[in-house]
Amino acid sequence: MSKFLRSLASLSRTRIQYRHQSTDVRTVTLIPGDGIGPEISSAVQQIFAAAKVPINWEVVDVTPVKYPDGKFGIPPKAIESVMKNKIGLKGPLATPIGKGHRSLNLEIRKVFSLYANVRPCRSIEGYQTLYDNVDVVTIRENTEGEYSGIEHEIVSGVVQSIKLITEPASRRVAEYAFDYAKNNGRKVVTAVHKANIMRLSDGLFLQCCREVAEKHPEIKYKEMYLDTVCLNMVQDPSNFDVLVMPNLYGDILSDLCAGLVGGLGLTPSGNIGRDGAVFESVHGTAPDIAGQDKANPTALLLSAVMMLRYMQLNTYADKIENACLDVIKEGSHLTADLGGNAKCSEFTNEICSKL
Amino acid sequence: MQSFSFQQSKTAQTKRELSKTHHLPPVAKYGGRFVVTMLPGDGIGPEMMGYVKTVFKAGGIPVDFEEVYLDSMHETYEHMDQAIISIKRNGVAIKGNIETRDNSRLFRSRNVELRLQLDLFANVIHCKSQPGVKTRHQNIDIILIRQNTEGEYSCLEHENVKGVVESLKIITKERSERIARYAFEYAKKHNRKKVTAVHKANIMKMSDGLFLNTCKEIAEQYPNITFDNMIIDNCSMQLVSHPNQFDVLLLPNLYGNILTNIACGIVGGPGITSGQNFGERYAVFETGTRNTGKSVAGKNIANPLAMFNASADLLEYIGLDKYSNVLRNSIDKVLNVEKIHTPDLGGSNSTTDVIDFLIDDVKAQTQV
Amino acid sequence: MFALKALKSIQNVPHSNHSFRILNEFFRSLSLCSPSFQASKPLPKAESKVKCTLIPGDGVGPELCVAVKEVFAAMSVPVEFEELFLSEVNPSMSVPVETVIESIQRNGIALKGILSTPFSSSSGELQTLNMKIRKQLDLYANVVHVKSLPGIQTRHKDLDFITIREQTEGEYSALEHESVPGVIECMKIVTEEKSRRIAKFAFDYATKHGRKKVTAVHKANIMKLSDGLFLKCCEETASLYPQLKFEHMIIDNTCMQMVSHPEKFDVMVMPNLYGNIIDNLASGLAGGAGVVPGASYSSDCVIYEPGARHTFGEAVGKNIANPTAMLLCAAKMLAHVNLPDYSQRLTNALETVIASGKARTRDLGGYASTTDFTRAVISSLAF
Repeated sequence: MSKFLRSLASLSRTRIQYRHQSTDVRTVTLIPGDGIGPEISSAVQQIFAAAKVPINWEVVDVTPVKYPDGKFGIPPKAIESVMKNKIGLKGPLATPIGKGHRSLNLEIRKVFSLYANVRPCRSIEGYQTLYDNVDVVTIRENTEGEYSGIEHEIVSGVVQSIKLITEPASRRVAEYAFDYAKNNGRKVVTAVHKANIMRLSDGLFLQCCREVAEKHPEIKYKEMYLDTVCLNMVQDPSNFDVLVMPNLYGDILSDLCAGLVGGLGLTPSGNIGRDGAVFESVHGTAPDIAGQDKANPTALLLSAVMMLRYMQLNTYADKIENACLDVIKEGSHLTADLGGNAKCSEFTNEICSKL
Repeated sequence: MQSFSFQQSKTAQTKRELSKTHHLPPVAKYGGRFVVTMLPGDGIGPEMMGYVKTVFKAGGIPVDFEEVYLDSMHETYEHMDQAIISIKRNGVAIKGNIETRDNSRLFRSRNVELRLQLDLFANVIHCKSQPGVKTRHQNIDIILIRQNTEGEYSCLEHENVKGVVESLKIITKERSERIARYAFEYAKKHNRKKVTAVHKANIMKMSDGLFLNTCKEIAEQYPNITFDNMIIDNCSMQLVSHPNQFDVLLLPNLYGNILTNIACGIVGGPGITSGQNFGERYAVFETGTRNTGKSVAGKNIANPLAMFNASADLLEYIGLDKYSNVLRNSIDKVLNVEKIHTPDLGGSNSTTDVIDFLIDDVKAQTQV
Repeated sequence: MFALKALKSIQNVPHSNHSFRILNEFFRSLSLCSPSFQASKPLPKAESKVKCTLIPGDGVGPELCVAVKEVFAAMSVPVEFEELFLSEVNPSMSVPVETVIESIQRNGIALKGILSTPFSSSSGELQTLNMKIRKQLDLYANVVHVKSLPGIQTRHKDLDFITIREQTEGEYSALEHESVPGVIECMKIVTEEKSRRIAKFAFDYATKHGRKKVTAVHKANIMKLSDGLFLKCCEETASLYPQLKFEHMIIDNTCMQMVSHPEKFDVMVMPNLYGNIIDNLASGLAGGAGVVPGASYSSDCVIYEPGARHTFGEAVGKNIANPTAMLLCAAKMLAHVNLPDYSQRLTNALETVIASGKARTRDLGGYASTTDFTRAVISSLAF
């Protein structure tokens, strides 16, 4: 197994310079996912084709397969593909609650070492919610913390779950947050924590953030308690800019922010790793409407736009994003979740015609 | 000497077991306030429960009631299940009696059903003469402990051939032993001197014989308490002629039903005495005679004291001794000092007269 | 009656906090020693005094407690406060935590401001004072009732739900250590016993207050063992309550639903950390930390404290904090100790003041001071 991984690693090293030649047609791994995943993936492919984005899709299946040791996991082919391409786009995957094998989402993050999860949440014109002027980016540490997956039953009826905070991981995500703020013209980075209760673990996280902040004097740095952020976020979300935090808090706050702007159907998400990135839509698989041409592809499309920016294909990114937002703003071709009655394909065609 | 110490340690152990199993603290207690299930029942039940709530409120007694309307109107088991689940959750209940309709053959007595499902094996009734109440006998102080879950009340009846009905009476060694041990432990804890087992073993040699023999075996473990036995018909006669000879009575189910009613009658009728039902985990408090009192319902003449005695028992059980004593004091004043007697005690006061006094008196006692 | 008038006229003169304290003493002495004042009251008898521990806490806590005491004095509530100053940031002025615990054990009830918790305590302990009190008194259930008050401008209307939070285990176990330099492990403990206990508490609470639905909040898709255990206990307990609807929801989805469709929720039960998040989120929806009351229960005692725990340190001494949450706590406390009439009067007065919008504190978009607000509540007390 380790031999296999090593060969993969050497494979990826040989291709590393390939990424910077932005004029070439580049290959991206596409994981359509479960439920409505295939429909919205093909919608994105259609729009990208219409915009003539220089991208080749390599579609892979991640249905778990049984490994020789009896455990279920991602098929080696999928791992190989992402390792090779270094960039992936992923639809929703179903995670069974409380069952045997580990969450696939979690596994993908671990295998690809995707340490930061980025979710920009912006109020979308044309879709009215109770909150306006939301423009928050949540950056979440994605490899450790509460979701380290270390749990055991000490004695019957007593379960211990370990939250792990390490200095390298905390520093890495803090650095990413400041870099992101700088590259995207953001002003303030706020570290979200609960160091008044978890004095050591969240304390370490804060310590790392402070040290990184000193290296970036042009960006304002703040610290806030998790509960205070929750309280203030629903009172006035415009007070926040970029938020950086450990795993669990990030999980909660990113969904909370998505709720402010109208749900997960509209929010893109990106997972940044050391030598690769996976962009995904984070909504559910919606098995009840799967295959009925009713799903809204916006989240996956905006994730794909994030991916284009990551690949420095900004002109394509802007073009597609504007087309998409324009269609929503006009409001004549909205899918059912946004209060319209258009089909997924109609919505997609409308975007294509704008390009 | 050695055998004596062995005896000691063994009883100490059983006592520990008993105190563990029979007086588990009720579970539904939050911030010092208790939740108790209330089953108003039929007849005067709902009326009485209303008074109990009023007086509890007046005295600031930290108990909240979860009411479940279980009565004879419903044939379905829905309310029954609700009541049982509620008692299982709260651990404690106060209950009015539920009428059993005898016109429907499928309709099993809700009262019996409740006792069986919650396994409330011991019914304890304390009959005590009140100096202010005129009765034929004075200074009666009897504890009646009745087996509550088997015997004739097993609800097993069938018609073998037309015109021949069999009703099964079940006596088990295990349950007899449990009730006998409960009676002796009770006697020991409350400093009683004598336990009398009541039976009909001369006729029902096997069933009542088993009960009697089991009682004798258990009695040997309690050398400090006199053990005696008496046949049910004789016991009924003795109870109305020389009641003072009895101390603790240990009874199988049906005989218990008869004797508890007699005993309540000789100390002043159904309006005063309360009854307690204990199981391994749950306790239900009710009036001693388990009558619905339909004839006096709604006339403002029913005697509410039995239900208040039951409330005082309940408060004692959940550990609110202070409030339990307050209630008992007030009841004592009603009976023996102020003599506010309802018609059943030969007086002419109304139910509300009693309640008004109780409210004022409980208020006065709970205020420092 | 004369005494009452005199008092009212005194009240109309503006005061500093200090003179309020004097006034408060004055009130108390009057109500105790002046027989004419007592006789003129409509209540037939002086009722017994209920003793209550009062912990003003840090930040604006002491100011809010003054507001409560003033209102109580104006209503002649038969409650006697046993005031104990406890603080982690001001250790020199603080009484030992044992004294506080003993007092609460004796009285069974307490009214508490918020204690602020510094990142690191002076003695290097991991447990905060709040945690110590909760652990030692076994205050396992925290209840926050989020209810919209007419008159407060919020995005969502007619909120009415209850969050119940386990607060003695979970992430807040204060078990942390550095296994190798730069790597810190923080334990989250979930036990079956405590999970069952909080689940039963939630269902009993829902039953007692005539609620329809209980929602368990968890993250069992990721933390399959620990949150899985919590969820299992909730499911098992639910089977004892067939009249209540039971459902479960993942924490991140809960947050999202809460800001978009908060009216979906009724009673919610959750482990420690999630509870902290939801409490604050919900308080934010209902108008901020200043208006939502909360309570912590053990089987023997209750501590009433604001639902969202913020000391609001930047407002200290400025007389701008909103005493609504503290007054609602006091009203709930009165209902608990069987003084429902006083509780109702206080609640009515508060609701009148808030609905009229005359005395809005700064957090609600007005300019009224804490004392203005308190005075408005006192003058709205119906006799």
